[in-house]
Amino acid sequence: MKPIYINSIGSVSAQKTYNNREFLTDVVSYFDTEIRVIDPDYKQFIPPAAARRMAKGIKMSTVSSQIAMTEAGLENVDAIIVGTGLGCIGDSEKFVSAIIDNNEQFLTPTRFIQSSHNTVAGQIALGIGCKGHNFTFVHSSISFESALMDSKMMLENNEAENILVGGVDELVSHHIDTHKLIGHIKKEPVATKDLLQSGTKGMIMGEGASFFVLSNKKLPSCYAELVAISTYNTLSKESLIAKVKSFLEESKTLPETIDLVILGNNGDIEFDHYYDTLRNDLFKDTPQAYYKHLCGEFDTASGFAFWLANKILKTQTVPEAVQLNQKSKPTTGTVLLYNQYRGENHSLTLLRRC
Amino acid sequence: MGVLSAIGNTPEDNHASLISEKAGISRITKIDTIHKNEIMVGEIKATNAELKQQLGLSLDLPFSRTALLGAVAAAQAIKSAHVQDINDCRTGLISGTTVGGMDKSEQYYYDYFQNDRHWGHINGLHAGDSTQKIAAYLGLEESLVTTISTACSSAANAIMLGTRMIKSGLLDRVIVGGSDCLCKFTINGFKTLMILSDTHNTPFDENRKGLNLGEAAAYLVLESEEIVKRRNKDVLAYVKGYGNANDAFHQTASSDDGDGAVLAMEKALKVAGLNKNDIDYINAHGTATPNNDLSEGRALLRIFGKNVPVFSSTKAFTGHTLAAAGGIEAVYSVLALQHNVIYPNLNFETPMKEFDLIPQTQLKEKKLRTVLSNSFGFGGNCSTLIFSKEA
Amino acid sequence: MSELKQELKEKIIEQLNLEDISVDEIANDDPLFGQGLGLDSIDALELIVMLDKDYGIKLADPKEGRKIFESINTMAAYITANRTT
Repeated sequence: MKPIYINSIGSVSAQKTYNNREFLTDVVSYFDTEIRVIDPDYKQFIPPAAARRMAKGIKMSTVSSQIAMTEAGLENVDAIIVGTGLGCIGDSEKFVSAIIDNNEQFLTPTRFIQSSHNTVAGQIALGIGCKGHNFTFVHSSISFESALMDSKMMLENNEAENILVGGVDELVSHHIDTHKLIGHIKKEPVATKDLLQSGTKGMIMGEGASFFVLSNKKLPSCYAELVAISTYNTLSKESLIAKVKSFLEESKTLPETIDLVILGNNGDIEFDHYYDTLRNDLFKDTPQAYYKHLCGEFDTASGFAFWLANKILKTQTVPEAVQLNQKSKPTTGTVLLYNQYRGENHSLTLLRRC
Repeated sequence: MGVLSAIGNTPEDNHASLISEKAGISRITKIDTIHKNEIMVGEIKATNAELKQQLGLSLDLPFSRTALLGAVAAAQAIKSAHVQDINDCRTGLISGTTVGGMDKSEQYYYDYFQNDRHWGHINGLHAGDSTQKIAAYLGLEESLVTTISTACSSAANAIMLGTRMIKSGLLDRVIVGGSDCLCKFTINGFKTLMILSDTHNTPFDENRKGLNLGEAAAYLVLESEEIVKRRNKDVLAYVKGYGNANDAFHQTASSDDGDGAVLAMEKALKVAGLNKNDIDYINAHGTATPNNDLSEGRALLRIFGKNVPVFSSTKAFTGHTLAAAGGIEAVYSVLALQHNVIYPNLNFETPMKEFDLIPQTQLKEKKLRTVLSNSFGFGGNCSTLIFSKEA
Repeated sequence: MSELKQELKEKIIEQLNLEDISVDEIANDDPLFGQGLGLDSIDALELIVMLDKDYGIKLADPKEGRKIFESINTMAAYITANRTT
């Protein structure tokens, strides 16, 4: 199989990630039930005429995709593939409430248009004039992974040379309020550094956008190689270890050779035990990292994890803020990412230093 | 194949309606909207309770209508493909949807804060929920299950992705298609764009007034050559070509000269290894909006020149079923191949002034080998699929 | 009429989120679409809703908007002649 390179990255998150020269040097802590992105100066990236109708998700995506495109030194790509759990849900909420509040009268189209899940991929294409393949995946916590999978397949089959792939989700009020009702979001605020010790149900919800240029050629800016990716709609705790082993085996990789495993713990006592299964068994001697205390939990939070893995592989540093155990290795050559949400939609992603 | 639409509950029913010119467009009965006297829709008659009953689901389970329609159509597809054990090979499910669980979210938007009766629907809003429920209903485990949402080309793109995954050896079998139910969200959304017709939609007609929304679900079971050989299965048709391109012109409208559509059709022909003269019938997107039909017509002329194949839009039968459109029209393309017929484009009277393209208005019998199906959506998303009788 | 024109400019800026433009920058005969303010077909739909909501004028066909929304002058003239509220 020909190698797939991650040639550049861009991220807007609850940390100061929009400057690729830095790497979590100044970690921001929160004490809340939801955490929002640190807004970059959007005006630097988006002309006001273009910004006037943009939902926040589009703004975040425009900035992070521009950072990635610039770093890769590309003006256009052959395909744009985006994962988003909810799309520009803020505009969907506003459109629904306007329907109800105004009894279906005097509605305007902008919110509705932004509500199409593919509006981000479409607007990026419009912005850079990309007429190629344009897909949007909307499947909970594997939305971003589905986009990665499609990109990898296209590059392997020479259907494209450079692909802009990303994940984005917004944090908005009705969604927060309703998900607090059902306990999916924590009811009591938690200090993000103590996330895994919260002892309560639910997660701290976040938002963000992470974009990457994936290519079948290595560019000077290259971060890492995408070796394998797989998703599973269901997976029992009992079959998790076997699944990880067979996933690694397909890439001729032994669990012992993994240098870092990045886990999607979100501090929900009902579901974090999936990660414990790997932490206490297969990867008990492997360096472990986590990240949702930095970016919050959202459908495409794993895009932030992908950003983190790429940064670690390129800089060969594992920031203290993400270390989950005391183990370390002199070099980080292979990184495995595992994520799931509420026991469903599991994903395994394998990256290698290039 | 499985399909549920305003003109029938099975592929056979749909075929029967198509050949007898029985459209499924009527006034809306299931949703209480103030626009009910100004719009017409392609509504599926079964209520949610009836669909649950048919599926053997308890009435209080929080399923959105999108999930219910999808489960019925997907189960039908699995049955017709004679799949005994869905987990007996690497099986995936790729579904397209745009509204997901919006029907319930808009219904209980404020209600959620009054009482807990409908809390089960809260997490059903996200588009992936309907697909996840369909997978669970089919008993699919530890598998690739994902959702595509590219507006009105969603199901076409699901079919495309499934085909590519089988070709790449990532899956042995995949259930592909889409599901979308009617809801106030889309009715009002399209209303704001002023592209809803107040009467029966008239694709490719000079005096077309816009589209009728519809609801539907359709799935196809794609299997690798190896599975087909090993199990000695009958093949209904082959997904021979596919192409997706972006118009990169406007957030909702198609470009005047149909750039994206031209690129999608070119790609599909190239993947299929077919010449443009090999296309026997085109199932057009043909939504009957002023913009789509003009743009698509011009794109057809750019690809086929003077020899545009026989074409028709079936949207006058079903309405525009958004994410499901590419799915039901894939089923119709395969049915057309099987029965060697071209379905009529209803309600056409006057050719458009911009060109002299005339759709097939009467049922036509013709030996068909290949059918091309177009699906275009917001965000400039343009998709083409080519189905053929032979591999 | 000049009051209405001022009002229209304010509404257009607010409704269409034209943050970087002030009322003084829009001349009464500036083209609103294309070269002038650079509005597009989605803005036209927004303006159609504004006519309905604020002035009780209903347009059935978005194409009718093209002439009406040529400039602040044409808009004001149309509203004055047709308003019901």
